[in-house]
Order: sequence, then structure tokens, then C-alpha cells
Amino acid sequence: MGASTSPSSVTGPIAEAERITKRYGETVALDGAHITITPGETHALVGRNGAGKSTLVSILTGLQEPDEGEIRFGGRPAPRLPERDAWRERVACVYQKSTIIPELTVAENLYLNRHDHNGLRLVSWKSMWKKAAELLETWSVDVDVRRPAKELGVEQRQFVEIARALSFGARFIILDEPTAQLDGAAIARLFDRMRAMREQGVTFLFISHHLQEIYEICDTVTVFRDARHILTAPVMELPRGDLVAAMTGEAAGLQERKARPSVPPDADVVLDARGLTDGDLYAGVDLRVRAGEIVGLAGLGGSGKTELAETIAGLRAPGEGVIEVAGRRPRAGSVPDSLAAGVGLVPRDRHHQGLIPLMSIADNTTMTVPERLGTAGLVSGRRRDELAREMITNLAIKTPGPELPVNGLSGGNQQKVVMARALASDPRLLVLITPTAGVDVRSKEFLLGKVEEIAGKGTGVVIASDELDDLRLCDRVLVMFHGRVTTELAAGWHDHEMVAAMEGVELDA
Amino acid sequence: MPETTAAPAETGRPAPKGPGRTGTGLRLARLRDFALVPAIIAIAIVGQIVHPIFLQADNLINILQTMSEISLLVLAQALVLIVGKMDLSLESTFGLAPGVAAWLTVAVGTGSGLGLLSGFWAIPITLAVGVLVGVVNALFIVRFGLNGFIVTLGMLIVLRGLLTGISGGQTFFNLPESMIYLGSAMWFGVPASIWICLLLFAVGVLVMGFTGFGRSLYAIGGNVDAAKAAGIRTDRVLWITLIAASVLAAIGGLLLTGRLASVAAAQGDGAIFTVFAAAVIGGVSLNGGKGTVFGAFTGILLLYMIQNVLTLAGVPAQWIEALNGAIILTALALSRLTGGKTQE
Repeated sequence: MGASTSPSSVTGPIAEAERITKRYGETVALDGAHITITPGETHALVGRNGAGKSTLVSILTGLQEPDEGEIRFGGRPAPRLPERDAWRERVACVYQKSTIIPELTVAENLYLNRHDHNGLRLVSWKSMWKKAAELLETWSVDVDVRRPAKELGVEQRQFVEIARALSFGARFIILDEPTAQLDGAAIARLFDRMRAMREQGVTFLFISHHLQEIYEICDTVTVFRDARHILTAPVMELPRGDLVAAMTGEAAGLQERKARPSVPPDADVVLDARGLTDGDLYAGVDLRVRAGEIVGLAGLGGSGKTELAETIAGLRAPGEGVIEVAGRRPRAGSVPDSLAAGVGLVPRDRHHQGLIPLMSIADNTTMTVPERLGTAGLVSGRRRDELAREMITNLAIKTPGPELPVNGLSGGNQQKVVMARALASDPRLLVLITPTAGVDVRSKEFLLGKVEEIAGKGTGVVIASDELDDLRLCDRVLVMFHGRVTTELAAGWHDHEMVAAMEGVELDA
Repeated sequence: MPETTAAPAETGRPAPKGPGRTGTGLRLARLRDFALVPAIIAIAIVGQIVHPIFLQADNLINILQTMSEISLLVLAQALVLIVGKMDLSLESTFGLAPGVAAWLTVAVGTGSGLGLLSGFWAIPITLAVGVLVGVVNALFIVRFGLNGFIVTLGMLIVLRGLLTGISGGQTFFNLPESMIYLGSAMWFGVPASIWICLLLFAVGVLVMGFTGFGRSLYAIGGNVDAAKAAGIRTDRVLWITLIAASVLAAIGGLLLTGRLASVAAAQGDGAIFTVFAAAVIGGVSLNGGKGTVFGAFTGILLLYMIQNVLTLAGVPAQWIEALNGAIILTALALSRLTGGKTQE
């Protein structure tokens, strides 16, 4: 149903970007990339993380200026950056992050700073409510405009944002991962709405990580990879395998890696999780990890892999289900209990949960093991520094000494400090969440090598990540999609198999 | 994430239900404004039982007059809180603004008066000091991006010190007639300060509820990035709000000065706690973007009614302070229970 003919009679592109290059310091975010969107179509933009999608969106919506290249709307050059109103008439974007003010009513959110006034120059609520209701009716959004916006669900808020975008006059709308926070039924309703709007002459640029959505709703697809334009094709003429190949690169195949010794089937079970369920986040997950085994949890943002890993590490309590670590059953949602049971954790985001930036390397690395630093709750500075020095050597952290504040370290070395902290308690089970995010190649190799080494010493490892390199060293990978484990892949999978599984695409379909 | 779970249920509702929902939604929104009204009625009944004088006009006017000055601080703080900032220095402005006016206009010989200007200038000076304090606050908070809490805490101490400095720690007497008038005059049989207080609150309700400017305060306090994206000049709104708040504090100080016919070096000292308590009890959020001027008014009214009842009940003056604190905590706990949400 994707390739319906465009209803618009206008010829020529509604928006086009030509030879766009954008650099941030050393990194090239876009390298001579181009995209052309014709009126009335729903155009998909896909690519893996770092492909340059977000940069293109911010350039197309006038938030940033390209270093090179040109943007045109309807054949005419784009307005200058400060002319926000002119941009708003040409293009609107519904970002992933909501720009709705929760305490205000829906109507006021729609007409913020554009209030209707009566004869006394006072805000005329009645006419504003009427206008807002009419606007929502035009785009058949069924929301009471007098309710506070905070009472709306994510889905309705999105509709309100789309309607607001349209009310400025733009008929070209960019939707940045609109389905990331929606469940299946809500996604179907969003698509119905999009189809109806397309009939009314609205053009969409649709960004999503979920490839099956693109086949469902889009006419044309453009693939970006490594800051470059790879291909643009009608969706119906592009088999799924080819699309995945375009996203991952043709050369994808088996990476050379020493085969890992297989884990004896009688090794101790260090993690036994049964029937883990938490609302919509994840449901019915069983997971067993033996000593020395490395198990991957793969999935995109919103798949539930991060929440599941955090549950195993004790950061959050599951709605239902049991977690046993090395035969003990730590209290659900208690980090101290999980630590005591032998869980080490490298949390998702080192800036948020991993490090205390102004404290020293020594303080950060020994945070999990206060009992080893001295007696009766007193901390011996000497013993702490000794312990920290050991870990600095062990993890090859580049620093003049243990007393340096961690914010003085590079990203890779900071991540090593987080790893050191997780290892300080000699865990039986090590939980790693996106352990190599924002880390340079060499530190990445080192960290992953360290994980293998630790597993070799009899620790069970769980890696939750969507980075293929992280997952490649796993003995097996459980792939999650919308909160459920959908696929299990043994070591030696091909890149396109993994990507397809994470995107929820059947390759043979 | 409660939104995600709520979404399907919301949209799953059949469309024809729409109009009915409108009615209840609106009524609920209105009710939130009047959340304290039952409590006020209850206190009125208790007061009447405690002492039959409570509901007599004289006593009610007495309550309104004693709260009229500080209620302007509550109004000022409510505006600042709604826009997402805080202003602790209001209580010092409350004393300093009339203090400076008295200092410059009181004749040499009585206290530390300089007698530089005629009594005519007293009110313009009071208002000018209010504007100046607001400008300094805004300069630090908006222009230099410093934390509002710390800036106004510093200002609170500086301004208090200035008043002690110019007054030599003593009280100004023999004030010019113009300074006394507003705080002591009777208009239509009711003290002028009550009229002024009610008028300013009415203006506050009108501005916050029915002008684009007032709505922009809610937008900024609710989500400053979204407000910017909607084209609101957020810095300008913050400047105006902070200055207006200081001017309101100066007017409040002027009214108290008129009622007492003097300016004590400690005028306004410690008032900020009651001000915050009244605003929060009245439903104004410390996190910004939430609350109404009317709610703030009911907050301070409730506190002063309770105080009056305690006095009528013959509670010894030494104990009033402790009871006051306990009442504030109880009121907060009650509004948490009835509001059903964590206090922000």
C-alpha cells in the first residue's frame, strides 16, 4: 500500500538539499549528501546511528547552516537562518523531544504567543478555543482543546504537535522517529492519520529505525551511511535485503575473531532470570547465563534491552518475575543487594550514572567497595590509592595518577574507569550497557578484550547494546523487539541478519 | 512512563463522548483554583465557634488589613515562581524601599533622617527603590545567568544591611503625611490598604489569565525552550516580572509603614517564609509554570484566618510562632493529600 500515487499536481521538489557538507571539528557529519522530496510523497530517511540523519534534519529545518551546499524549497533558495517565520511556513518538524508545555491547555499550546485578543486587548479564550477546535477538526484530531496538555498521552501530544506545525502554513513535515515511544496500535493510528493528511496534500519526511514501518507507510526511501547519501529508490522496488545491505555496507560479513572456547554445559549458572515483565517495557523474558558465558541483548532504542539489563543489575524492579544471581535472590530494585550478590554494572550513560566528574579516579573506581578501603567506615586514603593504582594498571588507564578528577580524562579512559568500578567488587555477573558508546576505536578494542578476559576467568557477562562490534564477541545474542525476545543468534551471525532482527524485518519475506 | 500506558486507553474511547468530557475537564480545572475555599469555610465555622466575634465585620476587616501588606509580597512571589524563578529579597525590599524614602524625607533631628527632600517625594522614592532592586536582581539572574536563589539570598542580606546602615538600627518616626496616608486612610468605611490589595490582586488575575504577557509567564515557567520556540522574548518577560515583583514589595512596605506610622530597621524581617508557605499552600509550584494569583490569595488568607482564630482562642503570644510553623506544615501535607501529587 506504500506506493500510492502522489495526489499533488505540483511538479518539482517541495524541498531539496544539494551537496550538503557539515563538519563539527574533526568529525564530518554530512559529506556532500543530497536528498530531494517531491510534493505529496512520504519519503523515508534511514541510516544507522551516526549516518547523518539528525544533522540533515537540523539543516533542513533551519536550525543550523551547512558548511557547503544549498537548500531549496519549491525551487527557491531557503530563507536566511534568523527568519524563523519564513522557515516555519516552509517546513515543520516534530522532534522526538516534545515541545508541549504540560501545564497549559491544548488550545494554548497550539496558539502560544499567538493568542486571540478581544476589544479590550485581553486574551479571548472563547475564540481561541474555537479556533483550536477547528484546527484540530481540520486534521481530524479528536482532543478536547481545553484539557491541560499533560493529560494527553504521547500519541495525542504528537498529533497536537503535528497540527500546530501545520497551522503555521507548512505542508512539508519532518517526523523524527515518531514511532519510538508508541505501541503497535498507536503506530497504526499514526499511519492512518498520515495517510489522511497525505490525501490533503501534506508531504512527509519520515525518519525511523524500524524498516517494516517504511514498507508500510512510505513511497520513497533514502539511505544515508557514514555521512553520505547511499541510495534513493521507490520503496516497492527495493527488496528488504538490499535495503539492509545499503544501511550496513556491502562488505559486511564475518569479522575475523578468535573462536571463543565453548562454555561447558555444566558450568555454574550465575544468572537465572525467569518471566521478567515490566509493563510495556519488556515482557516474558527468560535469561540464563553460565559462568564464563557472554550473552548479548540486542535491540534498538525502545526495544526494552536497556531496561531489562538495568533490572538484572538491580537499578529497577521488575513488575513480575524472579532474578537469581549465583544462587542468591537479591531484593528486586536494590543496587546494594545486587552488588552483594555479585553483580557488577557498567551503566548506560557514563555522564549520568557512571561517573562523578569532579571526584578523583581513585574515588570513582572504589565507590562500589567501601568495605575494602578501611575499617569501621573510615576510608584509608593510602589503601584507596593502592587499589586504584592496581586498577589503573589493569585497565591501562592513561593518567598521571589516581588523584586526577575523572573529567580530565578522555572519553575512552573515562569508560575504563566505569569498567574498573564495575570490576572492583570481583563480580560473578557483569552487566554492560552500551559499554563502548562514544569511545575511540582503540579503547573499544581494549574494553572488549577485557570483557573476554574476565569471562575467561569464570564471570558471566551480559552485554546490552545495538553496536555490532559489542555483540560480535558474544556466545549468543538475544534480539529484542518492542519488549520481547524475538530471535536468538549464535556466535558467527552475519551483520545483515543481526540488523534485520533488530529492525524486526523478516529477510525472507 | 505513565503517558505510554495511558495513551491507548485515552484514544480507545469512543468519539461521541467528547462533549461530556469537555464539561468535566473544565469544571475540574476551575475547582483546582478553589481548592482552599472549603478549608477557608471550615476555619470560618471553627472561628465562629471559638469566639462569636469572628464573623463580625470589624474582625474580618481586621484580618484583611493585617494581611494586606504581606499579601502583596505573596502576589509578587507568585509571579516570580510561575515564571520559574525565586525572589528571596522581597522581604528586604519591603523594608528598605520605605526606609530609604523616610531617610531622605524625615527632618534632621528625628532619628537618622536627612531631610534632603520634601515629603512629596516619599512615594516616588519608594517605588524607585523597588524598580532599582528589581533591575539589580534581573541583571544578575537574567543578564549574567546566575542562580536566582543565591542571587536573591545575597540581595536579601545586602538590602537588610543597607536599611540597618541608613537607619543606624533605629526606627524612623515623624514620617511625611504622604507616606502615612495610604496605610491609614479609610475609603468607604474600609481601610485603603484593603482596597489597594484587592485591586492589585484583581489586576494580577486579569494579567495572568487574560493577557499574552501573563500567559507567557506560564509558558516560560513550564518549558523555557518551548516558549522560545514559540517566539516569546523570554529574557524581556523575566526582566519585567522581577522588576514588577520588587515594586509590589515596595508598595506593600509603604502600606505597612503608613499603618504603623514608622519604619523599623527590621521591617519585613522573616516574612519570606510565610510568603513562600502561602504561595505553595495556594497551589503555586516551586518548579514554575503552575499556580494562579487567586490561589496565592486564598493561601495567605487561610494562614491569616487561622492566626486570628488562635489569637481569639486566647493562645499565648509566645506559642503563636510554633503553632504557625505547625500550621504551615499541616496545610502543606493536606494540599499534598488533596492534590494527590508530590509537592514540587
